[in-house]
Amino acid sequence: MIDAMNVEEPSIEKYLRQDRLPHIWCSGCGIGPVAGCFLRAIDREEIDPDRIAVVSGIGCTGRVAGYVKLDSFHTTHGRAIPFATGLILANPELNVVVFSGDGDLVAIGGNHLIHAARRNIDMTVICVNNFNYGMTGGQVGPTAPLEARTTTTPYGNFEFPFNLPYLVSASGASYVARWTVLHIRQLEKAIAEAMTKPGFSFIEVIAPCPVVYGRMNKEPKGLDSMYYYQEKSVIRNGADPKDADLELNGPIVVGKFVDVQRPTLWDHLREVSSRAQEKAKARAKV
Amino acid sequence: MKLWRKPFDYAEKATTSGQVFIDEERCKGCGYCVEFCPREVLKMSTELSPKGYNLAVVQDESKCLACGFCEVICPEFAIRISTTNEK
Ligand code: SF4
Ligand code: SF4
Ligand code: SF4
Repeated sequence: MIDAMNVEEPSIEKYLRQDRLPHIWCSGCGIGPVAGCFLRAIDREEIDPDRIAVVSGIGCTGRVAGYVKLDSFHTTHGRAIPFATGLILANPELNVVVFSGDGDLVAIGGNHLIHAARRNIDMTVICVNNFNYGMTGGQVGPTAPLEARTTTTPYGNFEFPFNLPYLVSASGASYVARWTVLHIRQLEKAIAEAMTKPGFSFIEVIAPCPVVYGRMNKEPKGLDSMYYYQEKSVIRNGADPKDADLELNGPIVVGKFVDVQRPTLWDHLREVSSRAQEKAKARAKV
Repeated sequence: MKLWRKPFDYAEKATTSGQVFIDEERCKGCGYCVEFCPREVLKMSTELSPKGYNLAVVQDESKCLACGFCEVICPEFAIRISTTNEK
């Protein structure tokens, strides 16, 4: 047991609902470290925790909203981004972080994702990509590489997957990065950067799901996936996201791909509405 | 580490030593901390946690550098590194 006299409070402990721990995620699941990175990023950037809102959809990753002691919103399946958009438009001071999985964000909420990127809404989206629907038993996800086995593709996946960094950067995101759970320090830095960056920031995190996806793809332990990341990851900051396709057991291109400055939806909205108000005033004077 | 000559900035650059605390109620025995600790401070034990997982335990705390990697990679928020007792 932890000797309470000796140990200072861990920096992230104050952001966790400790009464809910140990959490429900399986042993070796990659979601925990990503959530930890996010919580440490808050202190790293000295962001006021009262200004943060965490929005999640449904799925294993959606559980993050329930474990953080911050304002959080556990929304319906695939609709995390629309709820987050509403929060931002109602209170642009909020630092909204959407935490969800690949199935929730990209399949069911795929349309919301590309439109949020297109409109450059000022939010941070952390997508934990484990290539399948873990919570419901490992059905094939929209990012599952070709030939990957899942419970609904027992002979190998025959659909082409999405390349997420390419998808969101082509849609207009301001910040796009991909890291694996093993690149934990870079991931923390990326989340910190994304949270302080105005505009739509997207971070894809490749994470192990040993119990469902891993078991079907010769990575039955979280550690097997970690060894794979260690061996096959290639760090290429500034790489063209088009070249960041993922293949089963192939190299994983990681890094910060896009970091550009674009006016956000809120900037445009304010500009247009102030222009309209001035016009109306001028007309009233005449 | 054996040093033939003591560098001038030895005191300043010396590695800190850490103490590792593992919360047995949270640990689920994934082994990440054991595998990725650069100093082999930890090991898996056959002891079971209250939830029935194999626990990670400290085998040689004197080697710990307080790099904190085990703390950040642990999916269960179960590890805490303390440097408070360092001289
Ligand atoms: S099913 Fe997969 S994603 Fe869900 S908690 Fe278990 S390991 Fe994690
Ligand atoms: S990383 Fe955490 S959960 Fe995994 S074995 Fe170590 S202490 Fe246990
Ligand atoms: S702090 Fe670093 S050296 Fe110490 S046990 Fe953890 S990983 Fe090993």
